[in-house]
Amino acid sequence: MPRDIVIDPVTRIEGHAKITLRLGDDGNVTDAMFHVTQFRGFEKLCEGRPLTEMPSLMARTCGICPVSHLIASAKACDALLAVAIPETAANLRRIMNLAQMVQSHALSFFHLSSPDLLMGFDADPARRNLFGLAQENPQLARDGIRLRQIGQSIIEILGGKKIHPAWAVPGGVNKPLEAQNRDKMLAMLPEGLEIAQRTLRWYKRVAAGFGAEARTFANFPTLFMGLITETGGLEHYDGLLRLVDAKGEIVVDQFPPEKYQELIAEAVEPYSFMKFPYFQKLGYPRGIYRVGPLARLNLVDHCGTPMADQEWAELREIQRGAVLGSFHYHHARLIEIIFGLEMMQRLLGDPTILDTRVRARARPNRDEGVGVAEAPRGTLIHHYRIDDDGRMVWANLIIATGHNNLAMNRGILQAAQHFVDGKKISEGALNRVEAVIRCYDPCLSCATHALGKMPLKIELVAADGEVIHAVQRD
Amino acid sequence: MSAPTTVVSLKIDGKDVSGRADETILDVASENKIHIPTLCFLEGLSGWGACRLCLVEIKGSHKLLSACVTKVAEGMEVTTDSPRLLKYRRMVVQLLFAERNHVCSVCVSNGHCELQNLAQVLGITHIDIPYRYPTLPFDASHDLFRLDHNRCVLCTRCVRVCDEIEGAHTLDVMGRGIDCRVIIDLNEPWGSSQTCTTCGKCVRVCPTGALTRKGTGVAEMEKDDQFLPYLTRMRGSQS
Repeated sequence: MPRDIVIDPVTRIEGHAKITLRLGDDGNVTDAMFHVTQFRGFEKLCEGRPLTEMPSLMARTCGICPVSHLIASAKACDALLAVAIPETAANLRRIMNLAQMVQSHALSFFHLSSPDLLMGFDADPARRNLFGLAQENPQLARDGIRLRQIGQSIIEILGGKKIHPAWAVPGGVNKPLEAQNRDKMLAMLPEGLEIAQRTLRWYKRVAAGFGAEARTFANFPTLFMGLITETGGLEHYDGLLRLVDAKGEIVVDQFPPEKYQELIAEAVEPYSFMKFPYFQKLGYPRGIYRVGPLARLNLVDHCGTPMADQEWAELREIQRGAVLGSFHYHHARLIEIIFGLEMMQRLLGDPTILDTRVRARARPNRDEGVGVAEAPRGTLIHHYRIDDDGRMVWANLIIATGHNNLAMNRGILQAAQHFVDGKKISEGALNRVEAVIRCYDPCLSCATHALGKMPLKIELVAADGEVIHAVQRD
Repeated sequence: MSAPTTVVSLKIDGKDVSGRADETILDVASENKIHIPTLCFLEGLSGWGACRLCLVEIKGSHKLLSACVTKVAEGMEVTTDSPRLLKYRRMVVQLLFAERNHVCSVCVSNGHCELQNLAQVLGITHIDIPYRYPTLPFDASHDLFRLDHNRCVLCTRCVRVCDEIEGAHTLDVMGRGIDCRVIIDLNEPWGSSQTCTTCGKCVRVCPTGALTRKGTGVAEMEKDDQFLPYLTRMRGSQS
């Protein structure tokens, strides 16, 4: 008789979700579903509001990565105004986007995932969290907090607030950078680099002990999508889209991101509020692709900064072609932190960053605009339409986590088939299924944090609704 | 020769003060550096008494009276601050927040809004009254300005400045009670108004993010109503 295992809620992720594992008559997992159970409605509630409100309004989608939405939205508004923003403004936005990536990656790696890596997936869940981490390895916990602080402080210095700065505006940014603030930011970066390198060394040591997880955490061929520079380098703010296949071969290159609808379409499933984007050419669900740190490092020809380039080359040695195991997202995240810090150093070292011309002013000149940037979790697309008076009439947002939806679903199926025995549910198996999701660092809303103590319930349910077995974590 | 000015003596918050008989309690209080919260009042415009923020207690009267429109009188004893008044003022501000859609975090006037300041001064941390979430229009048809009814508190400063200072009387109020709405001409889109001179005074005196300059983003709309007393005096000296 087919039965379901439900993991609700999924813990140590950003947002609210549950997982259903469907068991066949023999007790083996036959299907897996990742349900995003929250509904936000930003595409609807923005209707009728002026485009100038959009960057701040859309940034409210998330409290962890508001800067990503701020940047993508501001870019969509630039397109509506049909202006080329001053180069200094673009570089300032680029710095804030990188600072956001550093802090968000640090949150994902240190606060959410490192307890699993340090203590193991079978450790007592009461200790397998940030506080357990602080007891077990205080240096690692301190490093995580400090690295996140560096990213957040740079956002605050630029925008006046750590969370939801109303700084990026249609046409640029609303305040030029002062020399003393630049110096404050530059002073923090060497320490950040030291932490990132120390952590990467630690990660490489411990990752060797997770062979089974690396092999079975969403390790399958898919496409990978992300932005690149004109020369194939790593790019988070601007650039062109590239898709590579599992062998690392380029499928689509130098594709203008504003034409994303020619590349991808979105499907809907009744069990989730999150849409399922797919590569149109292959259809649904064959057009599965991944975005985010690992995808970006799989598709670039180089990173563009010395330390990151060295580490990138080492990552790509793991596998011929593209690195397919989603466990390696952790590794990619640490490399991107190094890249972010190095790139910020470079951008802040250029004297033109203090230029006071940071905003282009114009009225709406187009009725449709697309803004695309790389958020920490992957490619983020904001697409707006406005009326003659500059009021929003339609919006479509494809959030980075959405791109990974198909891959997350397939990933939990793979891990569940390997680790979950339908007759008896072990805590470690349950945690591994969740940890697949954590690899992608999904950002399902703006609200969750890293205590790892959220109540969790997993049930074996028979087809007639009878609960056969239940595990409760308070 | 003008009529002699009558001077009256009264007490405000226990302090002996005096003022001209044609002055309001608010005038005399501010001359004596006694602060009374206001919202619809603006120096340079006629008193209106719409917002009820400047309510005061007067000994011998069971009613609370608006300080901005109540004239001083001989022997009057006025209280401007009491637990009862604070309760009513908080209620007034909460009602204003609940009545329309004031979303401070994404408002162009965030950080420069008189309604937001009042809430902070009065210690309002949340709204106890259920929000109405009405569906209200946003008029962005004017070349330079926008009218967002979601943020309007119906103080009528815009109506008065347009009528009394600019002399255009483009703006007015239509409807009754909860349906009251500031309108342009005979309820037309602002962009098609034949009477608006595009002077922008209404935008400058608006206490919230209801009337704003086009192109301003979140928290960028800083109002400047300091021009008004000067302009009123200059206009007066010419007539």
